[in-house]
Amino acid sequence: MDKPFDRRKFLKVSGMSLGVGTLISVSPALAGGGAAATTLRRWFRKQNGEEVTPFNLVQLSDAHVGFQGPPNPTGTKAFERAIEIVNGLNPQPDLILFTGDLTHEAEVPGEHAKRMQLFQTLTSRLKTKKVMYVPGEHDAALDNGVLYRQFFGETHYSFDHRGVHFVALDNVSTGKPAVGAGQIAWLKSDLARYPHTAPLIVFTHRPLFDLRPDWEWFTRDGDDVLNVLAPYENVTILYGHIHRHDVHETEHAKHYASRSLIFAFPDPTLIGDKKPVPFDKEKPFRNLGLQMIAGKAGNQQQPKFGVDDVELTLREFAGTDGVQQILKPGVSL
Amino acid sequence: MKRSLILALPLVIIGMTAVAFRLYAQESQPRMVTISAKRFEFTPNQITLKRGEAVTLRVSAEDRDHGFYQKDLKLDLDLTPDHVAEATITPEKTGRFVAICDHFCGSGHGNMKMVINVE
Repeated sequence: MDKPFDRRKFLKVSGMSLGVGTLISVSPALAGGGAAATTLRRWFRKQNGEEVTPFNLVQLSDAHVGFQGPPNPTGTKAFERAIEIVNGLNPQPDLILFTGDLTHEAEVPGEHAKRMQLFQTLTSRLKTKKVMYVPGEHDAALDNGVLYRQFFGETHYSFDHRGVHFVALDNVSTGKPAVGAGQIAWLKSDLARYPHTAPLIVFTHRPLFDLRPDWEWFTRDGDDVLNVLAPYENVTILYGHIHRHDVHETEHAKHYASRSLIFAFPDPTLIGDKKPVPFDKEKPFRNLGLQMIAGKAGNQQQPKFGVDDVELTLREFAGTDGVQQILKPGVSL
Repeated sequence: MKRSLILALPLVIIGMTAVAFRLYAQESQPRMVTISAKRFEFTPNQITLKRGEAVTLRVSAEDRDHGFYQKDLKLDLDLTPDHVAEATITPEKTGRFVAICDHFCGSGHGNMKMVINVE
């Protein structure tokens, strides 16, 4: 299929790190004029009835509801705080993506189901009702996703939202850090109807590249997934699992990890052993990178940010070069 | 007597050759290293191999399914309690390699690993 538009003119995107997750703003250069924009709008309307309009989304990850232990004795406090922060956003995000490890597994029969129920009770507080999930290994790897599916539905799926195609990938429920041949075939089929310039957001739990294999920060067949995505020019991959912020770029994709809502892992380039960052009772959320940054009205190129929580470091993210530029590290104060 | 010796000589030669072959075969068999896996540890948790020397790793799971994965050494075994998995490798470079369980086995899974030193 011919490229119906210039991807660089398609979307302008800016994002703000929340620490509790990531707020991502997708702004429509497309909403402007031009034949290419018109062509694309028509194309998406024909494909899925979605009109391309501005929207925000939030990524949350790794709440581990039910986890008890020294790395975070406060249980669900950070998760609940995150919900408060998201509910305080104005405007509210269109949707929330939760990239796995919603819950922590349990040995006692029935306990894991209670944790999933608690997770749902907590997320029901979110004003935004469109919340999409993928499982983490702590949710779905011990029973191949049986319990997870009862609560949250299928572990991989796709949908369109305002001109962006979202793909949820499961790289945990076989027990292995793998997507699997069947799901990769499905992905190829799912994407076949889209032009190579279509903006794609893939969300999954583990990184799809070898970030730190000896910490199990990888997906065995991640290269196969990236090969399927390779023809597409506008790919953003959101993931969790590593409990820290990370940005990585492969040929046609940018990969962004969201911080955890339970405890942080240290910088893998500095530390040999995988151990959580110790809990700091004076700053219980600090190691989660709880950054609350309120976006204020500004022009697209110079967004203004105000810090509402003095405990936190301001990190500004802004990008204007397509959806794969969702987060572009900017100024740290 | 002399004729008997002449007749026996081929048998002696055959026998000695068989023994020699057997000794050679034993010497050329890869060294065997046995490893067991259970939540959330490998035993032993450290082994040392020699670069260029073939070694067979026999890895068993004691309690449930596990994995045994080390990408650089091309080790990739699925472990189940009813089966001993084997892999024969000849390490080509020295170093410290961390093998992990790559089949999720519970809350301590993330640190289930062992070290393979290659000298």
